[in-house]
Amino acid sequence: MQDLLPEDMLRFRRIEDVFRTCCRNWGYQEVRTPTLEYLYLFTATGTLTPSMLSKVYSFLDWDGWSGERVVLRPDGTIPVARLYIDNLSGQELARLFYVTNIFAFEGTGKENRERWQCGAEFFGGAKSAPDVEIILLAEEVIRRLGLSNIALQLSHAGLVKALLKEFKLSPGEEARMTNRILEGNWQALTKAKSINPEIDRLVAALLGLKGKSSSFLYNVRASFPKASQDFKSSLEDLINITTLLDNLGCSYKIDIAAIHGFEYYTGICFQFLAAGEKIGGGGRYDNLVPLMNGEDIPACGFALYVDPIMKVLPLEKEKKGEPGILVKGEELTPEIAKTCFTVAESLRDAGHPAELDFTGREESNYRWVVLVSGKEPSPFVLTDCVQGRQRDAASMAEILQVVSEG
Amino acid sequence: MKDYQDGCIKLALPKGRFLSPTANLLAEIDLGFQDYSDKTKQYRLRSVRFPSLSAKILQEKDISIQVAVGNYDLGICGLDWIEEFLVKYPVGALVKISSLNYGEGSIHVVASAETEIASLNELSARRNDYRIVSEYPNLAEAFALNLRMRRFRIFPVWGAAEAYPPENADLAVLWGKSGAHIATQGLIPLKRLLPVTAFLIANRESLENKDLSQILMCFNSKLTAEPQASIKNELDISEELKGPRPLWQAKEINLALPDGHQQAPTAQFLKQAGLAPQGYSEEVSNRRPSADLDWLGIKVIRPQDMPLQVANVNFDLAITGEDWLLEHLYRFPSSPVKKLFALGFGTVKIVAAVSQEMPVSDIDELRSLVQSSKFAPLKVASEYINIADKYLRDNHINPYKLIPTWGASEAFLPEDADMLIDNVQTGKTLKQHKLKIIDVLFRSSACLIANKHSLAASDKKEKMEFLTQKLRAGLS
Repeated sequence: MQDLLPEDMLRFRRIEDVFRTCCRNWGYQEVRTPTLEYLYLFTATGTLTPSMLSKVYSFLDWDGWSGERVVLRPDGTIPVARLYIDNLSGQELARLFYVTNIFAFEGTGKENRERWQCGAEFFGGAKSAPDVEIILLAEEVIRRLGLSNIALQLSHAGLVKALLKEFKLSPGEEARMTNRILEGNWQALTKAKSINPEIDRLVAALLGLKGKSSSFLYNVRASFPKASQDFKSSLEDLINITTLLDNLGCSYKIDIAAIHGFEYYTGICFQFLAAGEKIGGGGRYDNLVPLMNGEDIPACGFALYVDPIMKVLPLEKEKKGEPGILVKGEELTPEIAKTCFTVAESLRDAGHPAELDFTGREESNYRWVVLVSGKEPSPFVLTDCVQGRQRDAASMAEILQVVSEG
Repeated sequence: MKDYQDGCIKLALPKGRFLSPTANLLAEIDLGFQDYSDKTKQYRLRSVRFPSLSAKILQEKDISIQVAVGNYDLGICGLDWIEEFLVKYPVGALVKISSLNYGEGSIHVVASAETEIASLNELSARRNDYRIVSEYPNLAEAFALNLRMRRFRIFPVWGAAEAYPPENADLAVLWGKSGAHIATQGLIPLKRLLPVTAFLIANRESLENKDLSQILMCFNSKLTAEPQASIKNELDISEELKGPRPLWQAKEINLALPDGHQQAPTAQFLKQAGLAPQGYSEEVSNRRPSADLDWLGIKVIRPQDMPLQVANVNFDLAITGEDWLLEHLYRFPSSPVKKLFALGFGTVKIVAAVSQEMPVSDIDELRSLVQSSKFAPLKVASEYINIADKYLRDNHINPYKLIPTWGASEAFLPEDADMLIDNVQTGKTLKQHKLKIIDVLFRSSACLIANKHSLAASDKKEKMEFLTQKLRAGLS
């Protein structure tokens, strides 16, 4: 649990503003879902791992005698998918985006229990152009934020699932292995020797090599002609996407291990890192909408994680909030107070931030200070804090003129 | 920060099922608690061998929590209650030290022999909304999540979980001696979750900072290299054992009757009303007594669980206490459960009591005392969480902490709680424990409750009226 202080909020709003602008430019529309949802929404799809579900904040509502529980939204995508199914399923295509908080218990004290996400979801678009679209949209947001040392990693859920199938595990073992992989434990897979040495070689190659272009995938395809049909079609999908990305000059690294946390992905999975820290991720989840009793609608999306981005976001000086104008009353008499409020209002109407002060404290960090003395003939003293100069002013018009000229 | 230098070591010992085997163990390793036996009336014990060692006898359910919060350095209780705690609070302060190698039975997930659920795979594949009833709501939830059940609801109960399937629950998570034992209750064990053995547990901070070595050594002398209670698969026999199926069929009106203390006076009352269900007054508890009325279904469950069950129309009518009705209504203000009339027996007072040492005589003085921060936060032990919560809020006691208990709250005072909110009949027990009543919240007696929708439903209305008339006649 943490407070966001004024400087944090400047960063937060900057991220949000850039994200919103980019999304709108790509034709996405903003939505917002409730903080409180029914728990079954998240258990029903079977798409959050049991360990994630054991960390949600769920409780009985005031009318919860039937045992139906509500939950503080633990994930951004599932509620938006629900929103789409409930309200927009008539639309063939829906490009939606959101800025939202999600809640999960965190016992180590290192992270927040409330985290913020900027996410976008594309319902109805079949591969591969929409996959590339969301990757490039996310990439544009990150680029416009001015983050440096960015890495894009690609993996493919279909590829990983096809690979797992080759191990011919029992359903229970396969579920356990999937959970381990989703928690980032890939050694489990390398340790579980398959019966087929060809598969071990394939796993070793995919986990050991990190390709930087679609050529790598052509090589994989050529080296393992005996791979299963599922594997081949997933590989083909990934080849199509990476070829498009190559042509568009988008650089990435193919890292099959770059997938964890969510189970709802069916196709491409990607994550963005800034200086080694994960700042966002997404992918294709074609089964989610049908699993939630919606129609057979393919979908993909991503989310950027606001909290780690705030840590690495550079904040230019001028963005820290423009230094404004301080309107000071020499005394707090009804006349002077009235003049001060009127002056400040005129300044604000003219587009200048104006702050009031009657305490007589030392001023700092302002562009101008207007001292209201109320004494004729020049009831105002105008101080230029940058130049360090003072002058009298006789009227509001004169103040506005000087201030506007800078 | 706690003082680890004082050297006092506190041990929490179980009541009930593990009392005598634990007493035997303690005698064997010579911890010096001579008074720890079935007959003891006191809660507090001092070791005659280790002057720094003291113990308190608590409900097993309370022990894991009390050790975790640090009121006790060590404790002994069943693995079921430890896991019930740990599954919800895995990063908590509770450490399992060693199995004590005694105990009986296991915690099982069971279904009714009458339903079609025969294996776990079916549970995760189906899209049903499963109702799971259990005294172990956390274990039940973890089970459902791990199995990736798509939709489920957990109904925590105080007891008698075996009575719920199939009409009132699809699954139950409960203790059973063996697969055969479960089958005799008309249930099929689907999965064994854990064996119920006694464990020695410790508070993590105590273990890390405090010298408990003398006591641990005593235990070690007895505990040879961890012969984990062998997990043999008791469930294989379930194939052959279908058990005697209870002849159950849906009834038009369902009535719940209480077990425990309330059972005898309720049986007496029903007799007066000319409605004595067969099998209810007997010593051997029958969970499904039968009535002369062929449209009436009767089940015997815990009075604490009735309001929730009536709210869900698992029962149309029930005989419970006004205290438990109020406890339910404070939690669920729009619940469709309604009191029809009080029955006049089983009367208790719900009181707030504190130690006789505490310099207060009423709740207003207590408020001032808490405000002066001498007892802040005020620790309040109660089995009526919602009643206690509302009482403390209404009286502007701030800050306070609620300690949920499973009866016998008086054992918590004065060391582990400052106040209790509990029911008393005469107040004698409180006096024995040097406690005094500072407020009477209300009086409660047995009452008949009903589901509002059942009262109004056209297909039930007449029979509901008939039955309530008959019961009302028993009042005079």
